[in-house]
Amino acid sequence: MRWMWIDQIIELVPGERMVAIKNVSLAEEHLHDHFAADGELDALPVYPASLLIEGMAQTAGILVGAARDFKEKVILAKIMRAVIDCEVFPGQTIRYEANLEHLDTAGAATKGVVSRTEAASGQWEVIGHIDLLFSHADQSMTGVDVPEHNFVFGENLKIILQSAGLAGMVGGDR
Amino acid sequence: MPDSAVLTQDEILEKTRDILMEALVLDADEITPESSLTADLNAESIDFLDIVFRLEKTFSTEDKPFKIEPGELFPDNLLDNPEWVQEGKLTDAGMDMLKERMPHVDFSEFDQDRDVEKVAANITVASLVTFIDRKLSA
Repeated sequence: MRWMWIDQIIELVPGERMVAIKNVSLAEEHLHDHFAADGELDALPVYPASLLIEGMAQTAGILVGAARDFKEKVILAKIMRAVIDCEVFPGQTIRYEANLEHLDTAGAATKGVVSRTEAASGQWEVIGHIDLLFSHADQSMTGVDVPEHNFVFGENLKIILQSAGLAGMVGGDR
Repeated sequence: MPDSAVLTQDEILEKTRDILMEALVLDADEITPESSLTADLNAESIDFLDIVFRLEKTFSTEDKPFKIEPGELFPDNLLDNPEWVQEGKLTDAGMDMLKERMPHVDFSEFDQDRDVEKVAANITVASLVTFIDRKLSA
């Protein structure tokens, strides 16, 4: 399994904001354990909140990376706020909107809005807010042995940028 | 600049307290001017980045950006320099550098011990207020 928790970038304004979506499917193994039937309780497949945070981290991480041409190793440093008000169920689509609040040599801060929709209505509904802090590993982790190659923005990123028509944003050596 | 735009030390303390409450998830009464950021408020190194970002946002105005350079508020890259740190202790040159670079921190007690691991513990809420006050007045 590849650790990709967004399916498509639908908007990218470098240095400003990025929007990505994720379609939730019952074919995802983990939904059958979260939550499986237990005694008298029926199974309740619900998209885990931790993966909502990961999806926002990937969305916001690409936004932060794009601001510096994917040259920095962008590491999630801190979840400053994560409030999720509703569940997301199979068949629904998640929309992650990340806005760049702050960017400097050491790292970046983003503010994010999570929404969900259903195919039947097509209406988006805001279900939470996730604000994140990222560190540029080479700049802020002095004394720590950081690998030279950019382990953050690799093949997975290329796939997702290609599908959004943004393949030119990332060079061939990463 | 009109007088109303000048913040008093108490106003700076209040804004700083709000920032620390959010960044470190604390209640107001847990934060006093004497509180050490690391020893009392349990701030970790990554929290320093968060605090710097929040300070810059809070104290910047349209006319005057409030920009904190790396190493200006919190110690940075100390261990890399043998002139400043030897066998885990600050040298005389290291102490001079710290006092010059960070005049907002009271290092008088630390001067007796000089353990490099304890440098950050000397930064208190009052240090932050002094730092902000001096920077806003500069």
